[in-house]
Amino acid sequence: MSLIISSPHQHPANSVSRVMLSVVYALIPGCIAHVWFFGPGLLVNMSIAIAAALLTEAWILRLRRRPIKPALYDGSALVTAILFALTLPPLAPWWIPFVGIVFAMIFAKHLYGGLGQNPFNPAMVGYAMLLIAFPQEMTRWSVPQLPELHSLGWLDVLRHSFTGALPTGTGYDALTMATPLDHTKTQIALDQTVQAAHASYKFMGQIAGYGWEWINILFMFGGAWLIVRRIITWHIPAAMLCGLGLFALVAFLSAPATHASPLFHLFSGATMLGAFFIATDPVTAATTTRGRLIYGAGIGVLIYIIRYWGGYPDAVAFSVLLMNMAVPTIDYYTQPRVFGHKG
Amino acid sequence: MMPMKLGQFHGGLRLPGCKADSMLSPVTAAPIPPRLYVPLKQHIGAAAEPVIRIGDHVLKGQLLADSDSHVTAPVHAPTSGTVVEIVEHTVPHPSGMTAPCIVIETDGKDEWRPNLSAHSQYHLLSPNELRQIIRDAGIVGLGGAGFPAFLKLNPGQDKLVETLILNGAECEPYITCDAMLMQERARDILDGLHIMRHAVQARHCIIGIEDHNSAAIAAMQAALSKEEQKHISIIAIPTRYPTGGEKQLIKVLTNKEVPSHKLPIDIGVVCHNVGTAFAVADAVLRGIPLISRYVTITGGAIKTPQNLITQFGTPMAFLLDHCGLQRDKLSRLLMGGPMMGLQISDLQTPVIKTSNCLLALGPGEAGDTHPEMPCIRCGECARVCPAQLLPQQLYWWSRARDFDKVQDYNLFDCIECGCCAWVCPSHIPLVQYYRFAKTEIWQQERDKRKSDHARDRHEFRQLRMERKKREDEERKRKKKELLQRANAGKDETKKSAIDEALARVQAKKAQQQTESRNTDNLTPAQQKQIEAADARRANQTPADTTGDEGSEA
Repeated sequence: MSLIISSPHQHPANSVSRVMLSVVYALIPGCIAHVWFFGPGLLVNMSIAIAAALLTEAWILRLRRRPIKPALYDGSALVTAILFALTLPPLAPWWIPFVGIVFAMIFAKHLYGGLGQNPFNPAMVGYAMLLIAFPQEMTRWSVPQLPELHSLGWLDVLRHSFTGALPTGTGYDALTMATPLDHTKTQIALDQTVQAAHASYKFMGQIAGYGWEWINILFMFGGAWLIVRRIITWHIPAAMLCGLGLFALVAFLSAPATHASPLFHLFSGATMLGAFFIATDPVTAATTTRGRLIYGAGIGVLIYIIRYWGGYPDAVAFSVLLMNMAVPTIDYYTQPRVFGHKG
Repeated sequence: MMPMKLGQFHGGLRLPGCKADSMLSPVTAAPIPPRLYVPLKQHIGAAAEPVIRIGDHVLKGQLLADSDSHVTAPVHAPTSGTVVEIVEHTVPHPSGMTAPCIVIETDGKDEWRPNLSAHSQYHLLSPNELRQIIRDAGIVGLGGAGFPAFLKLNPGQDKLVETLILNGAECEPYITCDAMLMQERARDILDGLHIMRHAVQARHCIIGIEDHNSAAIAAMQAALSKEEQKHISIIAIPTRYPTGGEKQLIKVLTNKEVPSHKLPIDIGVVCHNVGTAFAVADAVLRGIPLISRYVTITGGAIKTPQNLITQFGTPMAFLLDHCGLQRDKLSRLLMGGPMMGLQISDLQTPVIKTSNCLLALGPGEAGDTHPEMPCIRCGECARVCPAQLLPQQLYWWSRARDFDKVQDYNLFDCIECGCCAWVCPSHIPLVQYYRFAKTEIWQQERDKRKSDHARDRHEFRQLRMERKKREDEERKRKKKELLQRANAGKDETKKSAIDEALARVQAKKAQQQTESRNTDNLTPAQQKQIEAADARRANQTPADTTGDEGSEA
């Protein structure tokens, strides 16, 4: 008992791995919907990404001469890999998840010093790199799993992933299509109205694309559970959804022919995944209460700007990365008033 | 009781109380150990110096040590016995360091010093006299810090005390000594409060007690008379750690914030612990100096947790054994609570004035020993910080040893309550980092003062040397000039020198003529005296009419 141990002398059973595992649990419903609507491709991508993430992490930690076991068990690499896999098209060759996650782990996480030190969200860095480097593979989204359509089973997807071979009699034309966001964007560019664009899209749901709306709703519920469990706070998701929703509402009201409805934007693409799971990554997000509101709102507004005026159909990754850059400044200017100090 | 809207401080924690175990039995006096190790410093300030000699027989309550310093507190004999030595002995301190202790071999008679001066009519005494009594009784803040109470009872001449607060919050888990004191000695606490109120001339008083502590609230309410209710309110405050922190309690009770780097008195508030009030009552009304206190002995390694009236200097091991310490179960011994307590590694460390609790944590009770993980910036620490700091920024800059930056983030507003470290999912010992940074900054400031002083001295010396050099040069230059002039026109100079000398002599002569004589500036009285003397002289020698008036010297 010679070691000086500073107070406090008790701790509740909280840990980084508990935080990370809670995030994983909260993702499960959305992932199930993803597989339900777009086939088992997600699970194949996810398995490759997880394995590659853990191996890369272990390898780099060995290079850095850091303890490997606690870092692997903290669950942060697992969460990065899962979030990253969720951004990929279900029908992708094996090297897409592999290259993306290895790049993310090395360049976005460990070159900055590992867990807690990275300014940019690693999953989004991996995704952005792939999108820029391999646009063709990254924009080939699967058609929904519907009885009237040709859908791929487990083995088909696995074979495609590792050999690139598709079942005979099918081609990418039949198996993949643009996402609702992508389709809407191109149609508007062709001077179509939003209504016409949506009418021409084969698989629209009640408020957004077929399947997409359910995936978004379930991610929203998972995120709400995280808020209830106090793993994340409400500030970033609320601010981001408000930023996106309000911007979309103003645009929609001013020019309904060329701007899709706020609901379409809120339940399309990676909106809910981004709001509750990606923007809330504590390491790369703002930490002060006011800062989180600004950070979230900034992401929301940027999403709309890039979705409408930008060159990419979805914009969560770029918006998050852009706001990641602003975090130190936001945190600096939004410090709370310290007890006993004037406001 | 007047209705009052309670304030609220940011953050804080709801902690498991763990208090019931030590409140089962009434408080009894701890047995007297064979030897007491009474430290000369049990407070904030200068250590007291012994006034007894080795071999002296001392009586209970007899003065053992005192000091001339302003910030200090005397130390008294907790029981009767013989002073056998004054040695370096382990004292309660984070480093487990040793300090001088007076060792008393107790005689078991517990014999009081005669002539204890009780002042039942305390209101006839002036505040200054009261403070002197409280000082001489060695009373320090018993809530934990141990700041001499008489100083805190001295608001200063120009400061009005609006509110005197008694802190009965006891927000740390496990600790129950104040709760038991309020349950058992409510009347004495109120008496002490009256005396304190008289000493600071406070307008009204508030006693703040956490709302889970209903027995203490009830006991205090019952002791409070109708008359007293006019100026004393007992307020149940929400149970939330660290509501017993002075600034937090003031915020809750008065909704006023003590400004950063200021004292409560600057907003008209004085705050004392209930235990201190009890000690004040003992000192003033009964003449009993501070020689013992209520101490909670509890924790998973203790068979019969309880509160004991313990004499200062009692070795902790003696007290713990009395309560059935199971040494094989002891994982960590703390003085104080689990949030801010001090780890004690030597069981022979004595109980001192600030020892409110001995917490012998059992297996698994000391929390998990997770390794420290990297900070993931989750912000939980900022959410719970009662000072509304950004603990993670403080951690970051402390770790980077950027002590300017860490002060920009208001390190010195941190009260070290431990909330941030408690919630940290990465198990970072945050408070340790802050203490490290504070200590380093203090050290740097000391070094800076030292070097400033040295620099000032050096610069002054430099200045002195330069001045001397300048003066020397000046002198040399003048000499040279004079010499040059002399060489240039020697005769002329000689002549002029003679002329000058002549002129000087003449001037001197002239001056002597006009030089004032002692008859020049006379007062009328002196003039009269002279005239009288002249008249006498004239009478004696009427024929002698001397014209020389100023001849008498």
